[in-house]
Amino acid sequence: MFGTVLLAIAALSLIGFWMARSRMRVGALAAGRTAAGVAALHSLPAYHGAYVALWTGLPSAFLVLFWLFLQGSVIDSLLLASLPEAFLTDKSDAERSLVLSEIKSVADGLLFGTPAPEIVEAAERYNTWRSLASWAMFAVGAAMALGGLALASRRLSPEFRARLRVERILSGLMIGCSVLAIVTTAGIVLSLLFEAAQFFDKVPASEFFFGLNWEPQIAIRADQVAGQGAFGAVPVFTGTILVAAIAMLVATPIGIFAAIYLAEYCPSRLRAVIKPMLEILAGIPTVVYGFFAVLTVAPALRQFGGWVGVDVAPNSALAAGAVMGIMIIPFISSLSDDALAAVPRALRDGSYGLGATKGETITKVLLPAALPGIVGGVLLAVSRAIGETMIVVMAAGLIAKLTANPLDSVTTVTVQIVTLLIGDTEFDNPKTLAAFALGLVLFVSTLLINIVALRIVRKYREKYD
Amino acid sequence: MASIADEPGKASAARERYWGSAANQRNIRRRHWADRRLQLYGIAAIGIAIVLLGVLVVSLVATGHTAFVQTEIRFEVTVAESDIDVADPFKGNYRKVVRDGFARLVDRELSRPEEKALFEMLSAGAQYILRDHVVDDPDLIGRTFEVALPLADPMDQFHKGEIPRDIPQEQRRVSDLQIQFYDQFLAEGRIAAPFNWGLFFNADSRFPELAGLAGALVGSFYALLICFLISFPVGIAAAIYLEEFAPKNRWSDLIEININNLAAVPSVVFGLLGLAVFIQFFGLPRSAPLVGGMVLSLMTLPTIIIATRAALKAVPPSIRQAALGIGASKHQVVMHHVLPLAMPGILTGTIIGLAQALGETAPLLLIGMNAFITSVPGGITEAATALPTQIFIWADSPERGFVARTSAAILVLIGFLVLMNAIAVFLRQRFERRW
Repeated sequence: MFGTVLLAIAALSLIGFWMARSRMRVGALAAGRTAAGVAALHSLPAYHGAYVALWTGLPSAFLVLFWLFLQGSVIDSLLLASLPEAFLTDKSDAERSLVLSEIKSVADGLLFGTPAPEIVEAAERYNTWRSLASWAMFAVGAAMALGGLALASRRLSPEFRARLRVERILSGLMIGCSVLAIVTTAGIVLSLLFEAAQFFDKVPASEFFFGLNWEPQIAIRADQVAGQGAFGAVPVFTGTILVAAIAMLVATPIGIFAAIYLAEYCPSRLRAVIKPMLEILAGIPTVVYGFFAVLTVAPALRQFGGWVGVDVAPNSALAAGAVMGIMIIPFISSLSDDALAAVPRALRDGSYGLGATKGETITKVLLPAALPGIVGGVLLAVSRAIGETMIVVMAAGLIAKLTANPLDSVTTVTVQIVTLLIGDTEFDNPKTLAAFALGLVLFVSTLLINIVALRIVRKYREKYD
Repeated sequence: MASIADEPGKASAARERYWGSAANQRNIRRRHWADRRLQLYGIAAIGIAIVLLGVLVVSLVATGHTAFVQTEIRFEVTVAESDIDVADPFKGNYRKVVRDGFARLVDRELSRPEEKALFEMLSAGAQYILRDHVVDDPDLIGRTFEVALPLADPMDQFHKGEIPRDIPQEQRRVSDLQIQFYDQFLAEGRIAAPFNWGLFFNADSRFPELAGLAGALVGSFYALLICFLISFPVGIAAAIYLEEFAPKNRWSDLIEININNLAAVPSVVFGLLGLAVFIQFFGLPRSAPLVGGMVLSLMTLPTIIIATRAALKAVPPSIRQAALGIGASKHQVVMHHVLPLAMPGILTGTIIGLAQALGETAPLLLIGMNAFITSVPGGITEAATALPTQIFIWADSPERGFVARTSAAILVLIGFLVLMNAIAVFLRQRFERRW
């Protein structure tokens, strides 16, 4: 139905456009020769057409979208209200939503066992209301479009400033689109804050931030077997830091040395080959790295461990961190490359003029001068490592352990978010809400690191430009 | 050195002596060696990175290439009318039909365990393949004809040489008896491994030999379509406003900072947003490509906005001034001149953004696009998986056959990414103008 409504609205808009444009053209012809007639109009006929089309299409399309967003929840609450009083007493929100989904599957003709007669009745009501609602949406949408068409066409006249109106509407749309970035950020912050606040209602913040025991797998339904639940996130945080630190230990030296070679020593032909190859590393999806860690790196490390005589866990922090390091190499190398290239020529020439070798120029002049840029790049990479999800979900552990041993298995913030939210989610259960509290911590910490990194980079640039 | 500089004459003499001295030669050699060393470190670093890339590609190809062929066995089945209902061929004892036909290949009486071992060689989904055959062509009922049906995963692996023959029976999943049967069938020329079209045209399945990517490909297509429909117009509109119209004030600064920060927010956080807002608050369906596409569009938006702004900035001001000079309005300047000239750059950025969205996994996991779905989604609101989440599901599956499938799925995903990036590079080189 939704597609039909949008098509109908689009068709009406087109009709409005043709009508308005041809009306102004005919009017112009009537006013004399075409060119003079058109010159007598304030705006070109196409702008009159666009004006009518926008007024026909935009309000009705927004109305239909709005309707669509609300229809589901309105019908749900109507359905619940229509059920007999006795049917819903002493039922929790979760059970109510189960009743709703049962009604819907019965309405779709899927029967599991014999549903209660109330449910069958409600399913019939649901089907009626649903078709009623979609017809009503069609009627209201079409009426709105026709109304817009009629109102806008009445305003057309040779003196009408259609171009200015159209441009104003377009400007408004563009402003709306750019505000979407703010809306998204606000949506992230508000949803994280809202759910995290609910979490901290159930679990004290002091336990979350300072507790040493993380066992969030508590029962969501009454019949599940699960642990008691403990929400001390410290081992999760330390695990994240451990994996990120391993990744940085792998990526930083390789990235910076690669950048030095590419920026200072490499012949430009070779550079044209090597740079895209490094960028391929950044373009590979993280789920591929995760599988690579599980398939190749972790078994290889384990084998090596057995050979040396050290016990390596199958999902060791080392495997996850090392593979994450590979992924991060291109970030560090390209940002360091930029930083080195931004050092003014004069500093370089001055150093050569004093008789320094290339190596001495790099280590004693270029690197200190580029250091803020490199540090900024490394910090951006750190925030990337903390927020990276798929590699650790596939290659790191699930059990939170307070350890600094890279051969042991640890878990990270992102792993916990994913495992807590895969499967059953219930928004009044601390298990689900804990994921949002972790998400808030993740969002705030990566945001802070990014802000600091960008500050450092910008401050440094101002010095030379 | 301070003493050298005391007197001019003495100093130059001392310098002369110093330049020639063995100590200085050593010093110079040391300094050049340090330079060489730095260079070697750089080469080593790049070498490590490229070797790692090579190991990654080689290990994926080495494990994945076998999944592009599927071992099949040809034999005759008799679809008797006693087994199949002519009026409704969908119902019927196809299991018996397949097993009878398969058992005829062995011309001796089999004991129960032997029979079980024989039937386990054939894919558990073979009966459904035969059923679909017969449903498509009901004339087959009552006839005897030859079919090619897939072998079960262990036999498939065995045929491909993944399971060695010369280890004790207990350590492999193929018994000696099955190998005996296999050798007989192979000698009769019944076993072949044609290209595995099922990998692209089957939906997901519990049996590795039947699992395919069709559902994931369609799901990814729908999600990317939604993502494109939202992020392309919105991204261009936002970029035009910020680049061409926005006054320099606090508001536009705030929007800019927001866009730059959004580009750096971890992807899993967007998944949390999608779960809390789209699914929990607005009540949109879980696991649907619609929600997946909406979440991906929020992530792609910053990429498209930044690329579009760069493309708009690259259009020289002289074009704007010329258009303004002959009386165009500001909107007309942008719509008629700047935007068309910037379009190749915008399209390049959009394709790169969509390629990133295609590989994105974590947010799709959170909105439930990792469900086990055995049919191809019929619309944007039906439950579906996407290519990267399908890879995740298969990577988590214990069956040996899924390892090869996972690598093959990754190769398919990387193939699409390479294709999209190649189109982007082509667009850039063919259409981008330099002023």
